[in-house]
Amino acid sequence: MSVLKLGLPSKGRLQELTIDWFAERGITIERTGSGREYAGRVVGFDDIELVLLSAGEIPKELAAGRIHLGVTGQDLVHEKIPGWQDKITELTEMGFGHADLILAVPSNWLDVESIDDFDAVAAAFRAKHGYRLRIATKYHNLVREFLRGHGVADYQLVDSQGATEGTVKNLTAEAVADITSSGDTLVANHLKILPDGLILKSQATLFRSNVADWDEGIDTFGRLFHK
Amino acid sequence: MVTSRAYLENGRLGQGLADVRTEVGRLMSGFIANGAQPVEPAALLPAYVLIDLYGEDLRARAYTTHDPVEGELMLRPDFTVPVVQIHMANGASAARYAYAGSVWRRQEVGSKRPTEYLQAGFEVFGGNDPAADDAEVFAVLATALGDLPVMPVTGDLGLIFAAIDALDTNERRKGALRRHVWRPQRFKRLLERYSAKAPLSREREALLQSVKDGTAREIIENSGAAQGVRTIDEIAARAEILLSEKEAASLSEAAVTLVSSVLNLKSTMGTAAQELRKVAPMLGGAADQLDARAQALSDAGIDVSVLPFEASYGRTTLEYYDGFVFGFHAPDRPDLPQIAQGGRYDALTRVLGDGKGVPAVGGIIRPEAALALKGGAS
Repeated sequence: MSVLKLGLPSKGRLQELTIDWFAERGITIERTGSGREYAGRVVGFDDIELVLLSAGEIPKELAAGRIHLGVTGQDLVHEKIPGWQDKITELTEMGFGHADLILAVPSNWLDVESIDDFDAVAAAFRAKHGYRLRIATKYHNLVREFLRGHGVADYQLVDSQGATEGTVKNLTAEAVADITSSGDTLVANHLKILPDGLILKSQATLFRSNVADWDEGIDTFGRLFHK
Repeated sequence: MVTSRAYLENGRLGQGLADVRTEVGRLMSGFIANGAQPVEPAALLPAYVLIDLYGEDLRARAYTTHDPVEGELMLRPDFTVPVVQIHMANGASAARYAYAGSVWRRQEVGSKRPTEYLQAGFEVFGGNDPAADDAEVFAVLATALGDLPVMPVTGDLGLIFAAIDALDTNERRKGALRRHVWRPQRFKRLLERYSAKAPLSREREALLQSVKDGTAREIIENSGAAQGVRTIDEIAARAEILLSEKEAASLSEAAVTLVSSVLNLKSTMGTAAQELRKVAPMLGGAADQLDARAQALSDAGIDVSVLPFEASYGRTTLEYYDGFVFGFHAPDRPDLPQIAQGGRYDALTRVLGDGKGVPAVGGIIRPEAALALKGGAS
């Protein structure tokens, strides 16, 4: 019977790198069943249940205590679980899946090179166009918190769940706040990152749920990482 | 607990509920006896009006919901906006209103503050004697609170606006400062920027040089594909502003000191005008208004010699107060919010009335908090 549930990304590069990361620490994770079946096991640990989930679901499962451990991006935990520190502990950054949440504006906005400029442009934009400057993002909480912290006004967030870099060209936003690793997509879409517009530095991280029942799982956890 | 409500253990049935209803009824009767007519705004409001007014930050403080036909709606985070809208739509010039009902506020994680609580309010619109109306609203609320152990505090956001007006600087800078009165950290940053010349980046120097050379448009056009709603004209226009900003004289140290001494002014309502004249002799108009208000409060039976005055009070609440502000807090009950608060919001009525504003001042009492302070509806 399982006493410890480990949540891993259900597919893709993030899963591969996660399995490699565990392998480097002597922990073998095997996919079972056919390649497309979301099942697997931790070799030698019959009491660990592997739960394969989309990386976006893992924060919620950790916060609810339905899994004990989980691998996902810091950006997703910080965005999806307000007050996450109470419910989730960051055990270790894993050294891959690097992604920065940044604020970017069209590269021809030569007059904008800081948040100060951005705020001034937001005011002028609203005065001229009659609505607040739109920032396309799916990270509403993080972006709002960041801009409130910097005292930026006269903006609005518009939801964009994908292809966010295209929103400026499509006239549905004036700026974007999105995850980037290399910045290539931004450059290709004629956008530039504001130097002081780094909202969050994120990477894949092993998280521990503070809410899950650890009575039985704690020994297994010890064995997993210290054998 | 299902029987608990804001600040009260029991308030949803039996004697507890009866106490809440009696308190709300008592407050409403008091307001109506002062010439107010009852008004009952909707609890679900169109979100765009509120977001447009308060900005994106409001989303972190109010509940939004969605209707397939009506679009995004917001649970009433306060009464002021819908009451102003009803007043404006009704075309009335002068009126007094009384209302009571729930408001809903999202709270930060871990906060013990309630997400739903009652407000009972009294608003005066369209008066032609601001000092008298300010005093009336304050006195009506003070009377309604009776002998509850509360401490009043007053302030006047008009002083900050007057201090900005008096600065020896261009209108654009004054506009930026006015816009950020409610965001103290950015306000401070603006003042710093206007009072010291920070070195510019190489790119910025180049842009400003191109403005001088008349090649700015060309450089902007060559800097990347033009895209989005913001045009090259707008970018070029701001580049010109940046150049004039570079060439504008810095704010003097004296000017910055003036603003901060006005912001730091603390006294009693009785001596506020006198203190203001001492630190900022040029703000005579604002001082006269303080005098008139102190006199009106005194006429309404308030002892202004012990009524605290803090110029910065009310600066970090929702951004609509722009004149007289006041609150009543319970010093012995730090677990309770302010039991009552209010202020003047003439500018808000201009925004909601498409430029046609009316003088407006009002305030609310939190009946549940008042009952909790009394010993609670048990």
